[in-house]
Amino acid sequence: MKKRRGLTLMQKRAITGYIFILPWLLGFFYFYVRSIVMSVQISLSTVTLPDDGSGYQVTFSGLKNYFYIFQEHGSYNQVLVSSLGDIVVDVPLIIFFSLLMAMILNTKFKGRTLVRAIFFLPVLMNSEAILDAMSSLRNLMQTGLSGSSSELLEASNSGVNVDYYMALFKTLALPDSILDYVVGAVGRISDIISLSGVQIVIFIAGLQSIPGSLYEVAKIEGATTYETFWKVTFPMVMPHIITNIVYTVVDSFTNAEIVTLARTTFNQGGTTGYGYSCAMSLVSTVIVCTILGIVCGWISKHTFYYN
Amino acid sequence: MAKFSESVKTLKAVFVSPEYDNDRRRTAHLIKAFLLGLFKFIVIIGISYVILGPIIGMISNSFFSDEDAYSALVYLIPQSPTLERYQASIKVLNYLTTLKNTFIYVLILMAIQVFMCSMVGYGFARYNFPLKKLWFGCVVIMIVIPVNTIMLPLYMTFRIFDPFNLVTLIKGEPMNLMATSIPMYMMTFFATGLRSGLYIYIFNQFFRGLPKEIEEAAFVDGAGSWYTYFFIMLVNALPSVVTVAIFSLVWQYNDTFYASLFHLSDTSAISIKISTLADNVANAYSITDPNILELYTYAGIILVILPVLLIYCVLQKQFIEGVERSGIVG
Repeated sequence: MKKRRGLTLMQKRAITGYIFILPWLLGFFYFYVRSIVMSVQISLSTVTLPDDGSGYQVTFSGLKNYFYIFQEHGSYNQVLVSSLGDIVVDVPLIIFFSLLMAMILNTKFKGRTLVRAIFFLPVLMNSEAILDAMSSLRNLMQTGLSGSSSELLEASNSGVNVDYYMALFKTLALPDSILDYVVGAVGRISDIISLSGVQIVIFIAGLQSIPGSLYEVAKIEGATTYETFWKVTFPMVMPHIITNIVYTVVDSFTNAEIVTLARTTFNQGGTTGYGYSCAMSLVSTVIVCTILGIVCGWISKHTFYYN
Repeated sequence: MAKFSESVKTLKAVFVSPEYDNDRRRTAHLIKAFLLGLFKFIVIIGISYVILGPIIGMISNSFFSDEDAYSALVYLIPQSPTLERYQASIKVLNYLTTLKNTFIYVLILMAIQVFMCSMVGYGFARYNFPLKKLWFGCVVIMIVIPVNTIMLPLYMTFRIFDPFNLVTLIKGEPMNLMATSIPMYMMTFFATGLRSGLYIYIFNQFFRGLPKEIEEAAFVDGAGSWYTYFFIMLVNALPSVVTVAIFSLVWQYNDTFYASLFHLSDTSAISIKISTLADNVANAYSITDPNILELYTYAGIILVILPVLLIYCVLQKQFIEGVERSGIVG
């Protein structure tokens, strides 16, 4: 019998795997790695743009930009810390809320299509184009009196007397920090709802992909709804919880003040603006990546995958 | 005393005896179901109100005439409703043409996104290859990195498009791809388009969650890896395909960042048109009152989100139960 030469099955599969991700790999290197390298280069230099728009010239200036943003820039440190703080506060709330909503929306009831459409609206209303339109309007407004818009704003922030409820809950002798957190969350319910549109959709899709047979088994074995949730639903949506954490962190990060600060610095341009902006973005990106890495690493250790 | 203990006995008999047991349980069950339904109803109505409140205000305001906007008596229901805001917005937005162009652009990109990202996500989910963890970390970095970090390099890449000096070799000079939609198609094709990292991630999580038995069965039946991916796994991952398709559609449709970075002409991107609507209306109709301009912007925003909302309603029917579940035979 002729000895069969060639690759083992594992090697063949590895090659197939590489073919599957090849387009992304090429794109990543050409559009991202190259650009990131250029960004790092810019962050380490002083940039000058010639008037003809043909390109830019960089002069190496060492870590000067980094020293500047940390030591001399008026607000960078403060904004960085407060942005990260906001993210840490928001993420658990959004995840919890969107999982709850997804479970409610995943049950059968009349008018489900309509309700799902309503819950999708925040995704649309929070999109760039709409926000841009509103902000350009606001710029115009600043010259004139803004009657109806402020009314609208008041209508949406319904006048709940927070102090009254605070006093009510204080009698329960809960720790102040927890109370503040909960009251803060309730006060920002409208923000949280508008930020969790995407997460709800991801969770719904995740809940849909849980095999119905698992629920049947649970029911036959006599599990209560509560047990079914913790033993079946929760482990099965765990992968999607990671997805949603990643998405939530990234989403609140890209809308965070810190990115806005980097963008305004970028738009100021000049010989130093580009360098500062790139340095700012890179520092905050590295920090967020580290946090994400730690959190997701920890969670995925406790994640159950179907296989 | 004896009377009391007797009455306790009768009570016990009524509530604990097996004859009444079923009734009691059923009542408890009904009450529980009712309370749960009520809770669900209240939560849904409450949150829908929080979401819809500002939008209802927007819709009703977009029908206000000039007098209504300044009348203190008018709240939500206009006294003399007018379609003027919509007519003007449609004209300024050049609505139908722009919408058509935008949809062609967005739908093509959506198809590419779904196809390429699911492919990459499948590769990550089901194949083991060296450096896999590193590459997947790169996907996450791609999601996390704010696009404006790489804005200037990206602009330069396409302004002077010359990969490996190939273009210079053929044409003699580098190409300028600004003001075309080629950069976006190109980036999307290489799965590095608008939020592609996130789509890869979603697909990866979904494919990992699917049972391996399906693929094994396909493999035993002699299906190749491409056939398995395209005709078996992708079909089974329909909920995620719909999810990604919807997101890709909505975000691409509303994207202003890439559109303005690549100087996309405003006849092919409704997102740019809407973000400058207020200024354009102000110029075209020489309106200086920001309160009136606001009404035009509301009308414009409603015109822009309406088609996407309709598409969402149609597509979300695809989230049907059982598509995925039928794939599993234990």
